[in-house]
Amino acid sequence: MTGANETGVAGGRDRLPAPLAEIRGEFHDLPASERLTLLLEFAGELPDLPSRYADHPDLLERVLECQSPVFLFVEVDDRDEVRMFASAPEEAPTTRGFASILQQGTEGIGVDELFAIDSDMPFGLGLTELVSPLRLRGMVGMLERAKRQARLRLDERAAAAAGAASAPPGDES
Amino acid sequence: MPVDIDRDPRFAEYAHPERLVSTEWVAKHLGEDGLVIIESDEDVLLYEVGHIPGAVKLDWHVDLNDPVTRDFVDGAGWAKLMSERGISRDDTLVIYGDKNNWWAAYALWIATLFGHEDVRLMDGGRDAWIAEGRELTTEATRRPPTDYPVVVRDDATFRAFRDDVVAHLGKPLVDVRSPEEYSGERATAPAYPDEGALRAGHIPSAASVPWSKAVGEDGRFKPRAELESIYFGSPEAGGAGVDPDGPVIAYCRIGERSSHTWFALHHLLGIESARNYDGSWTEWGSLVGAPVVKGSARGEVPA
Repeated sequence: MTGANETGVAGGRDRLPAPLAEIRGEFHDLPASERLTLLLEFAGELPDLPSRYADHPDLLERVLECQSPVFLFVEVDDRDEVRMFASAPEEAPTTRGFASILQQGTEGIGVDELFAIDSDMPFGLGLTELVSPLRLRGMVGMLERAKRQARLRLDERAAAAAGAASAPPGDES
Repeated sequence: MPVDIDRDPRFAEYAHPERLVSTEWVAKHLGEDGLVIIESDEDVLLYEVGHIPGAVKLDWHVDLNDPVTRDFVDGAGWAKLMSERGISRDDTLVIYGDKNNWWAAYALWIATLFGHEDVRLMDGGRDAWIAEGRELTTEATRRPPTDYPVVVRDDATFRAFRDDVVAHLGKPLVDVRSPEEYSGERATAPAYPDEGALRAGHIPSAASVPWSKAVGEDGRFKPRAELESIYFGSPEAGGAGVDPDGPVIAYCRIGERSSHTWFALHHLLGIESARNYDGSWTEWGSLVGAPVVKGSARGEVPA
């Protein structure tokens, strides 16, 4: 058992961060016929990248699982809070919608909350009748890469701290 | 009554020039009686972002596949779909879509299995229409429902199943995936999710002709002479060595890119017996006992 029932929420209910749980609720409150419209609204809400990424696309990781080029970058701040940035082309609104859900659903959550999100969360949004498993697996790929990047940020921070601790005083190099 | 064919000289040399229309032709004939424009995309939301005025939406996943059986909708399902979209059996269908018309060609091929007589592709697809700055609307098209008849899908003529491919081994096969998928370097297309094939590689003896070789940079089909050298040219000359008289089977990963190649082989080059293997690599690469070749050589057909 994966813990996911038909809506994919059992077992994951308590582990979904509040903003993501709210988004899932929004989808489930709508009749299936209107859920694509909501996904399109999310697509329209994906913010442009801040210039520190827009000017440096090399910093963003391409999510190979997605059918359209989507790039994302995750930051973890000093309070261990997550912030996600993503870009996808206008001609890939489904991908943009998925990225936007993840971006809004993880805004300001703790990094441990991010790690605790079930990998099959995308299959619990009530979209399985409307978009193919192939498409939803692209969103799973985004989520997994976001988690991996967050781990990387923590590792980088730990390495920097260790480096600072071992550096001799006064060494500016 | 069929709508006028597009007599654009660019199409004249193709075996069936009546199967292609240009963006200019579509713009001119919009709203004509007996003509239905269909958008069929990879991205399920793209139609909602903006489409050709009057175009109806057809989704490959939601509309064309049976929800339970791993197959297309049956005759009753197709009749229901067409009726709901306001399409009559004798309407002229012009299909276009994103990603160089992959899913548009797929929808066209499935319409062909159901014997819908007049079905055409818009050369260059959605991108060409947009690049030319032509009109788009976000208003969903509502057409009055029709009474489309229930017809039996013909899987024998243009569709190949795995046993057909086994029986066909030794005759021309065209693998239209990327070179990396063909060689077995990876089991999925670059930038595509893993669809579960257990083996990577290609079907023995298949020629590697990535689908994109059939089109130019603008997504429009190449002239017939160029297509002939790509598909009919000898392997020594870099061609696929397909016999112009057929038979030939094209395959890819799930059958959508090979629908595009099937269109080129059947309608543009006139191979009447060209078939599309929609089970493609997701099936063959997981089929118990199926021979697989790794590397860039075509490989021998097992005795």
